[in-house]
Amino acid sequence: MTLADWLAGVMWIGVTCYALFGGADFGAGFWDLLAGGDRRGDRQRRLIEHSIGPVWEANHVWLIFVLVVMWTCFPGLFGAVSSTLYIPLTLAAFGVIARGSAFAFRKTVTQTWQRRAFGAAFAASSIITPFFLGAAAGGVASGRVPPGIGTGRPVTSWWNPVSVLTGILAVVVCAYLAAVYLTGDAQRAGDPDLIAGFRLRALGAGLVAGIVAAAGLILLHQDARALYHGLLHRGLPMVVVSAVAGTASLVLLYRRRFLTARLTAAAAVTAVLWAWALAQYPQLLNPGLTISQAAATRAVLGATAISLGAGAVLLVPSLAWLYLLFQRSAPGESQAASPRP
Amino acid sequence: MVTLAAISVANPVAARSQMGFSLGWHIVLACLGVGLPALVVFAEWRGLRTGDVAYRLLARRWAKVLGVLFAVGAVSGTILSIELGVLWSGLMSHYGQVMGLPFAIEGIAFFIEAIFLGIYLYGWDRLPPRVHLLSGIPIIVAGIASAFFVVCANAWMNTPRGFMVSGGRITRVDPWSAMFNPATGPETTHMILAALMVTGFLVASVYAVAILRGRRDRYHRLGLLVPLTGAVILTPGQIVAGDWAARMVATDQPTKLAAMEGLAKTTRGAPESLFGYFSGGKLHGAIRIPDGLSLLARLNPNATIQGLDATPPNDRPSLITVVHLSFDLMVTIGFGLLALGAWLAWSWWRRRDVPESKWFLRAVAVSGVAATLAMELGWVTTEVGRQPWIVYRVLRVASAVNPEPGIRYGYYALVAIYAVLTVITIAVLRRMTGAAPVPDAPQERDVQEYKVV
Repeated sequence: MTLADWLAGVMWIGVTCYALFGGADFGAGFWDLLAGGDRRGDRQRRLIEHSIGPVWEANHVWLIFVLVVMWTCFPGLFGAVSSTLYIPLTLAAFGVIARGSAFAFRKTVTQTWQRRAFGAAFAASSIITPFFLGAAAGGVASGRVPPGIGTGRPVTSWWNPVSVLTGILAVVVCAYLAAVYLTGDAQRAGDPDLIAGFRLRALGAGLVAGIVAAAGLILLHQDARALYHGLLHRGLPMVVVSAVAGTASLVLLYRRRFLTARLTAAAAVTAVLWAWALAQYPQLLNPGLTISQAAATRAVLGATAISLGAGAVLLVPSLAWLYLLFQRSAPGESQAASPRP
Repeated sequence: MVTLAAISVANPVAARSQMGFSLGWHIVLACLGVGLPALVVFAEWRGLRTGDVAYRLLARRWAKVLGVLFAVGAVSGTILSIELGVLWSGLMSHYGQVMGLPFAIEGIAFFIEAIFLGIYLYGWDRLPPRVHLLSGIPIIVAGIASAFFVVCANAWMNTPRGFMVSGGRITRVDPWSAMFNPATGPETTHMILAALMVTGFLVASVYAVAILRGRRDRYHRLGLLVPLTGAVILTPGQIVAGDWAARMVATDQPTKLAAMEGLAKTTRGAPESLFGYFSGGKLHGAIRIPDGLSLLARLNPNATIQGLDATPPNDRPSLITVVHLSFDLMVTIGFGLLALGAWLAWSWWRRRDVPESKWFLRAVAVSGVAATLAMELGWVTTEVGRQPWIVYRVLRVASAVNPEPGIRYGYYALVAIYAVLTVITIAVLRRMTGAAPVPDAPQERDVQEYKVV
């Protein structure tokens, strides 16, 4: 494997982390929307806020990480993707803005109508961003993004059967991951009602995710034959891992093994992403741009690798501290901060 | 063909407008993101050392504001990364690898900031006090670091180094030379000081208004003095840094200097021209100081300073008045803030207290907006002064933009969204500054009751 291959792998690790951490964050917003207006809905919302509060900003830095690695190490890919897919990327960006601000603002207001308004903005944008990012990914996967600047079609590159399905899959997968994580958090909070509610949601979302993913595979057979072929050959081991891990998660959820279910759910999602990467390797844009064609000069790849390596030394322990600090519940702590009178 | 031509003219204007607007909005929050953590940690430290309730309350209230502003700042920064690709695909697809390294390091710094901000804000009552205080330090360091690195990238756009182009392709890149280019030192210093000053004056101005309205307790006094002192101490350094930056521009971007000064013709013994407007190829109505520009730029009253005439018309900025007036107004505000600081310093030396005059508080009350305005004007000067280049003398804006149709709709949508966001942000901040008045007898209510998030 060349240095460029390694950095493409690092970029894909960033995509994976964004899907697992940022994705669960988006999914939490999805459930926030569906939580309902009664008191149980309120408890669900507080659990959600409590879970994602400390970590959501860190969760979303992964997106910036992916963009930066892409434009530094594979500038041609970045230019092609962001120029052709500018509409879904811009809409996803608007979603990011609405989401972050609404979440922060909701904590500062007390009147119900204001909390509802911010809550609605938070929840709606939690669906918009994954959908459009998924649609953009679908556009790349189905070969609708040609190399070069602005050479693809501005609308059909992301509004086509594969893209729409990938967008929906992204939303469902986010909801699924969030429900699995929240079930575990509800268990730690010791609330049987919440546990039952999120367990059902996780089971439902997991089933839907599986169905949508299978439908996607069939659609790829029609629409993106090369990728379909890749998934069933070089990508097949990962496809199998995903199916097995997905099924295992459903079983574990059913049997109330929530913490283990987190691992298998994360494995299932990770496997889907890496199946795609392997199926396309070494093409970044299929057809038209390989890793070595898109790669920056060796000096840049080396400098980036060194900087990211040094950064990881600082980041990994810090991130671990953040998660560990808030995974353990504080002594005598009540549910998430209620606003000051 | 007519439609394509119309698109190709409209896109650069829409893209520049969108980028400028979102950058100008974001940078105010970024300044606060750099400066507020320092204020919060300082107040917490003094609160721990002295047990003073006013410090402890200030720390918690400032932290709460920091939490909200950091969130909005983070998301407005995320869209900038996306806009770099969506709007400037031509720039990034060729030069992304040359200016990518500072962004990569900035990304790591920002990640560290986000992590420790989460630990600091949410862990206030979970961590032992000293550990909590120390967990704020990485936020400050990482914030300054990310300001440094992101400005390195802009510095490269002004003085591009560290790459070779052959036959339209980048053949060799030295990313470290690209990052540490001639503009890096002056630009980063100037911006970091600006961020700290904007924060200091803005926070102080809030308390100045409160004091003018009659709230004269220790809490408000400290809320005024702590940020104001910091900002005032940094201001003389900022004037020097500004001079350093202007000298760098005189050497490495002479066309930009000519625009900043409204200097139409290359002149020996060039005058310093204050204000006025540029029209019909010359500057009208300016106050002229003979030999002033030559003295400032080269320390020699007979030095020759390059004028706009040395550059072909297509290669120089078209909005000379904008560049010139922005620069002059920024410097004027800078000296005004220096005078404000001198007034405070003199009064402190004489009476160990702020000046008695209400005019002092009124001046502080507007200093926040003034400092912010100066910072924005500085960016207008440097960005509009670099036109028509997006990378000075290497790549034009028109060649860097995404050619896809419909870019301007993104601009309209962004302006609408940010208008709403501005209104809401201000409303939320006003609510937070007005909420929960400080108890008259602080010992009656324990400050611990005030949860941060």
